[in-house]
Amino acid sequence: MSTLARMKELSNSVCIVGADESDEIGTLPNKSQLTLHVEAVSNAVRDAGLKMSDVDGVFTAGQHSPATIAEALGVIPRYVDGTTVGGCSFIIMVGHAMVALHHGLCDVAVVSHGESGRSGVGVSPRRDTALPGQYEMPYGFGGAPTYFGLITTRHMHEHGTTLEQWAQVAVSTRAWAGLNPKAKNREPITVDDVLKSRPVVWPFNVLNICLVTDAGGAVVLTRADRAKDLAKKPVYVRGAGEGAEHVMVTQMRNLTFSEATRLSGDKAFTMAGVTPKDVDHVMLYDAFTSGPPIMLESLGFCKPGEGVGFFAPGRSTPGGTLPINTNGGGLSYTHTGMYGIFPIIESVRQLRGECGPRQVPNVKLSLVNGMGGMLSAAGTLVLSNQT
Amino acid sequence: MDLARPLPQPITPEARPYWEGARDGKLMIPKCRACQKPFMYPRVLCPHCGSRDVGWVQASGRGKLFSFEIAHQILNKAFKVKTPVVLAMVELDEGPRILTNLVNVAPDPKAIRCDMPVEVVFEKLTDEITLPMFQPAGSGGAR
Repeated sequence: MSTLARMKELSNSVCIVGADESDEIGTLPNKSQLTLHVEAVSNAVRDAGLKMSDVDGVFTAGQHSPATIAEALGVIPRYVDGTTVGGCSFIIMVGHAMVALHHGLCDVAVVSHGESGRSGVGVSPRRDTALPGQYEMPYGFGGAPTYFGLITTRHMHEHGTTLEQWAQVAVSTRAWAGLNPKAKNREPITVDDVLKSRPVVWPFNVLNICLVTDAGGAVVLTRADRAKDLAKKPVYVRGAGEGAEHVMVTQMRNLTFSEATRLSGDKAFTMAGVTPKDVDHVMLYDAFTSGPPIMLESLGFCKPGEGVGFFAPGRSTPGGTLPINTNGGGLSYTHTGMYGIFPIIESVRQLRGECGPRQVPNVKLSLVNGMGGMLSAAGTLVLSNQT
Repeated sequence: MDLARPLPQPITPEARPYWEGARDGKLMIPKCRACQKPFMYPRVLCPHCGSRDVGWVQASGRGKLFSFEIAHQILNKAFKVKTPVVLAMVELDEGPRILTNLVNVAPDPKAIRCDMPVEVVFEKLTDEITLPMFQPAGSGGAR
C-alpha cells in the first residue's frame, strides 16, 4: 500500500463533533489554567451531545500533561498525547486524534487547551532555556515580537512589503471582531490607527501584535459513522498535516518562508484531494499582522510576497471573496499564548452555520493553519461539512 | 555588580570554546570536519551532515546584517540598556546566522538596511564573559 493510499484512507474517517470555549474568555484572574481546561472540555462534550464518561482519548499541549487533564475530568483515557510544539499543537493533535480514532485506539477524543496567559493563575514556567539564555537573551531578545520582527523586516527587504500592508491585516481582522460578541476588541480601526499606535519593536506597533488573554478551548472528535448520530452537524476532517523545521529563528533555512507550514499544507491538501483554490474560508494563526500573509505564501495560495494582497478590502473582509480570521483572530478576539484551538473552533462553527452576523454564506471547505513558535512548527487542517 | 544585560546562562559544556573565544576577543564557531561546513549554535553533531566529528575555527568577524528590528521596550527586566536598541540577525561570511545587537549606529530604520556589511566588536561584561556584537563595517575603533 502506497504512502498516498494510506494517507487517503484517513480522509473523512473522523469528524469534529463538539467545539467550545471556556465559560468566559478574556481577563479572568479568578480562574486557574486547569479550570479553563475543564470548562472548555465540559462545554465541548456537551456541545457534541456526549457524556464525559464517553471520552477515552485525551490530547493536550502546554504546561499540563494529558494525564493531569484526564484526572481533572475524572476519566481514565486509553489514549493520551501531549505533543507540545507551540501554539499549533492543538491543530496538529486533530491529526493525531484522527489516526488514533481511525485505528480504534480510542473512540471519543478531546483536544483541550487552557491558558491563563494574561493573569498567570496556576502558571509555573519550567523549561530548558540554555539556548536562548546563551545566544539571545543577553542581546535583549525575549518575547515573540523580538523574533517575529526579524522575519518581518527581512520580508519587507526581499519582497517590498510595507507597514501599510501589514496594517491592513489588523484592519480586516478587527472588522470581523466587530461581528463577534466574544471578541475582546471590537471597535473598527484604520490603517492609520495601526501606524500611529504605540511602537513596541519596529516594524511592529502594538496593533500589529496579538492580545494576551485567559481562555480555554476544546474540540471533540469521533469516527464518522458515530458522528452522524450526535447533537450537531458533523465536521469532517478531510485532510491534516504537520511539520516542524526549527525553534530558533537563526536556524530557519529561509527567514521569510515557513518550510514547516509548506509541509503541513502539502500533506493536508494531498490527503483531502483539494487545492488552495477550492477553499472558501480560512483561519490562520495571527500572532502578528505579518504572519497570515507569510502563511498563505508558504501554503501555496500565492507567490512569496503576494500574501498581503489577500487582506485588501473586499477579499478577506466581511462580505469579501475569501473571508479570513472571521472570529476576529488573535489580534482582536482572544490570544492566550497557544492560540491554535480557537481557529479550529471558529472553523467548526462556520461549517455548521452557527455564526450569526459573521456567518460566511455557503461555506463548504474551511482551511485551518497555525504556527508553533516563530513559524517553527505548523499544523494544517482541511475541514468540511460534506464528504 | 550591576550589569546592563543578563549574562549568558547557563553556559553549557559544548559551548565553552565559543565563550572562551569571545573572552579572548575571537569569534569561534563550530565546523564539521566531515563536510567542512561551519554552523551555529554549538552542538556535538553537525546539523548539515549528521557527523559527530566537530571542531572549531575562528570566524573572520565579518558578515552582513541579515535582518534587524528596533526595540522600544524590552520585556526582560535584567536588560537595562537604554532603548531604542537595535536587535539584529547577522549572517557571518562563513554562513551561520546569529542574533546580536547592531551598535555604533543610529536606531532608525532609515539609517539601517538589510544586507549592509557589518563587523564584530566585543563588549566585556565580566572577567569571564564578553559578548560579540556587530557594527557597520568600517566604523573603526573598538568600543
